[in-house]
Amino acid sequence: MANVLVFAETRGTALRKVALEAVTAARALADASGGGEVHALVAGPSGVGAVAEQLGQHGADVVLIAEHAGLANFERESIAATMADRARQGSYRAVVLGFSTQGRDLAPRLAARLDAPIGADVTEINVAGDAVTVKHPGFANKVMLTLTLTGSPVVLSVRPGAFTAKESARAARTESIQPSADPAAARVVVREVVEGAKGRPDLGEAPVIVAGGRGLKAAENFKLVEALADAFGNAAVGATRAVTDDGWRPHSDQIGQTGRQVSPQLYVAVGISGAIQHLAGMRTSKTIVAINKDKDAPIFKVADYGIVGDVLEVVPALTAAVAAARSSH
Amino acid sequence: MGAPAVKIAVCIKRTPDSESRFKIAASGVAIDEAGLKFDIDDFAGYAVEAALQINEKSGGGETVVIAVGPDAVQESLRKAMSMGADRAVQLKTDATPADGIAVAKALAAELKDGGYDLVLFGKHAFDTSAGVVGTATAELLGLPCVTAASQLHVANGRGSARRELEGAAELVEFPLPAVVTIDEGVARPRYPSLKGIMAAKKKPLESKPAQLGAIRVTVQKAELPPERAAGRIIGEGAAAVPELVRLLQTEAKVL
Repeated sequence: MANVLVFAETRGTALRKVALEAVTAARALADASGGGEVHALVAGPSGVGAVAEQLGQHGADVVLIAEHAGLANFERESIAATMADRARQGSYRAVVLGFSTQGRDLAPRLAARLDAPIGADVTEINVAGDAVTVKHPGFANKVMLTLTLTGSPVVLSVRPGAFTAKESARAARTESIQPSADPAAARVVVREVVEGAKGRPDLGEAPVIVAGGRGLKAAENFKLVEALADAFGNAAVGATRAVTDDGWRPHSDQIGQTGRQVSPQLYVAVGISGAIQHLAGMRTSKTIVAINKDKDAPIFKVADYGIVGDVLEVVPALTAAVAAARSSH
Repeated sequence: MGAPAVKIAVCIKRTPDSESRFKIAASGVAIDEAGLKFDIDDFAGYAVEAALQINEKSGGGETVVIAVGPDAVQESLRKAMSMGADRAVQLKTDATPADGIAVAKALAAELKDGGYDLVLFGKHAFDTSAGVVGTATAELLGLPCVTAASQLHVANGRGSARRELEGAAELVEFPLPAVVTIDEGVARPRYPSLKGIMAAKKKPLESKPAQLGAIRVTVQKAELPPERAAGRIIGEGAAAVPELVRLLQTEAKVL
């Protein structure tokens, strides 16, 4: 029997989707190592403790709540110290985090502080005796690596979307804890958090992504991509590197090897030729639709459904058809 | 001259060209390196450029490039020096370890007494795609650390950076010395000039054994992921839209 400690990532006082995925992965890991407990740690401003119920529904037995006015933003040094202290106090088999921007910052800090082996961006976790084995897509998703980690605890960060959040309801016990390091003493200080475009889900969380490339011909034609995303209702908007390099869209929208790596249920590639650098960021999408005027474009090799044609003509037609289909049910 | 001179270490990795088609080596635990082109990893290249620009702005300082790995990394260290880095250190290993904490320990041992104001890394390397080493090195050194900076400014003993979050961004400030890992957006790496290439041949490259310590993460298996089923073109122009919508509803069930 071995317990598992999870970092439940929040922004403001709300849980991130990846937090529930991390708890789900931790639950499975605890069950596989003889039925230990899952302890989820939440660190944020006053009121953040309200997420405990949601964490319990997804398999947390204990929710450790560090509420502190100084934790309004991601105070990495204080949170790392708090997580590391907790990890040392319990006899945890593993510490699990999400491989989000914040989780990928925190996980190596913990591994270094605990002198623990780390598996980053994992898509599968198996426990066999003293060893933990994980799968991790390396080489920008082109090579699947199976890694063996020896020692205890191990630190694992889970790829967003790889572990579907599952309910495993229990009434979680809650415990208030103090941050181990005063957030006010942090050396790295967050001056400002700039919120992105409102009203759209993030690329990492959206079930549908509509992405545009140079085939749109001009920045103003990106409104066709926006309109198609609006028609789906739950879609995020992405772009190729060529488009973000040209300043049509912000860098944060870039999908590809050097940008975001995404795996939505549906990926609609609009005017995207399918350079290897782009495919590396989206080829694990469940269903891929491509619209491009060049029938030999490499994007058609990975597209489940391709339409050869001018995006300026096809996309508005698709937008109208998707809107009609959604309003009929 | 502008800001005071800054002593910068840039920890770089040598990785294969990301556009390559990979094959698995006979060992089953690594890629087959035959025929692959290797270079400074993309993000590490941005870090080298960022360091050079900071020092050019201050009109002084020093940029030292460091790599952990077998002798092949010397080629990447020379390239960084041909871009403008002043000297290089190879922390020699037989192979590139998969254990990020072990690599961080080797780097921390080298950096500890180096008197660096700033230590830069790429935000992650293409091969392991893990992003562990930079942050772990900072922790081992007890230095403040900012990861995945898409903008970086250094002046008067302090730094400021922007980090892209999912759907947001944060602006942070920190004192030097510090460790920063570099995302795309900071700086596009320059091409070495002929003069730079000639000069790099005479710049010092020191090689010494890496102090890795215990290796606790090993590759048990490397395999190519399953290929996607071959693509299918369903039609041309707007006339194909009704069929696409039907397939999305009935076959893919995503609409």
